Amino acid sequence: MDFMLHITTLHYLVLGAALFLLGVIGVLTRRNVVIVLMSIELILNAVNLNLVAFSRYWQGIHGPQALHGQVFAIFVITDAAAEAAVGLGILIAFFRNKETVNVDEVNLLKW
Amino acid sequence: MIPTGAIPAGANPPVATTFFFYLLAATMIIGGILVITRKNAVHSALALITTLLAQAALYLMLYAPFVAGVQIILYAGGIMVLFLFVIMLINMERSVKERQFNKQWLVGIVAAAALGGLFIAVYTTTTKGKTLFPEGRLLYGETDNTQKIAGLLFDLHTGQYMFAFEIASLLLLVAIIGAVVMAKKRI
Repeated sequence: MDFMLHITTLHYLVLGAALFLLGVIGVLTRRNVVIVLMSIELILNAVNLNLVAFSRYWQGIHGPQALHGQVFAIFVITDAAAEAAVGLGILIAFFRNKETVNVDEVNLLKW
Repeated sequence: MIPTGAIPAGANPPVATTFFFYLLAATMIIGGILVITRKNAVHSALALITTLLAQAALYLMLYAPFVAGVQIILYAGGIMVLFLFVIMLINMERSVKERQFNKQWLVGIVAAAALGGLFIAVYTTTTKGKTLFPEGRLLYGETDNTQKIAGLLFDLHTGQYMFAFEIASLLLLVAIIGAVVMAKKRI
């Protein structure tokens, strides 16, 4: 049980993978577009957790100044903010036109 | 090569790392499950905020205090407030009474399970008895973490991410304009 007791990089990666899967299930199965956007946030957060865990691992090899993973995590958070702003803008425009928040009713391009 | 497990002078060794890791991991997983299963979008948003705060605590355990602060201020404080505003702006009473999962939910779960199998296959791969990511435990003081990140982002000589930082500010400008253009009724 030693691998259960000593927290390593792999533990964080497994947690990140679990969150990523939850986000993927949310994106693929939910109808409510707000919850789909929240699931995308879950996916981005899983990636961020992996990046910071890798940053810690990289610090163990190259010393405490190797913070590239954390810088990447900050860029991902910036992108998440931009994505949320644009996504919610699209959602408001969509709701104004169709009076619904279900993604499977967006079917104008379907044949 | 810095020896793993070395404690520099002045750094506090962490206490009960295992317990807190599993506590926070369980909080995050339960919060994530609640996000994708609740009918009411406000409940989903609150569960997502719980997940994000637990993740900020995990960042602190990974010696990333600046990213933890950004996570709390920007994610839990900024983006989630935006979500809650939009949830209250649009009328979702009809959606609560309807079917919550779409017709392809079974295919979606099968695809996610295939992805999970891929993750398991990668993370259990061993070469010469070692996993791909061997243990890298080490304890660093976190006094100048923010300073070093600022050095990578802003400094003229060591800042290798300066250009990317400027591009990120441009991206945010584009996002602001895009959000206004899309959400406004008449430009």
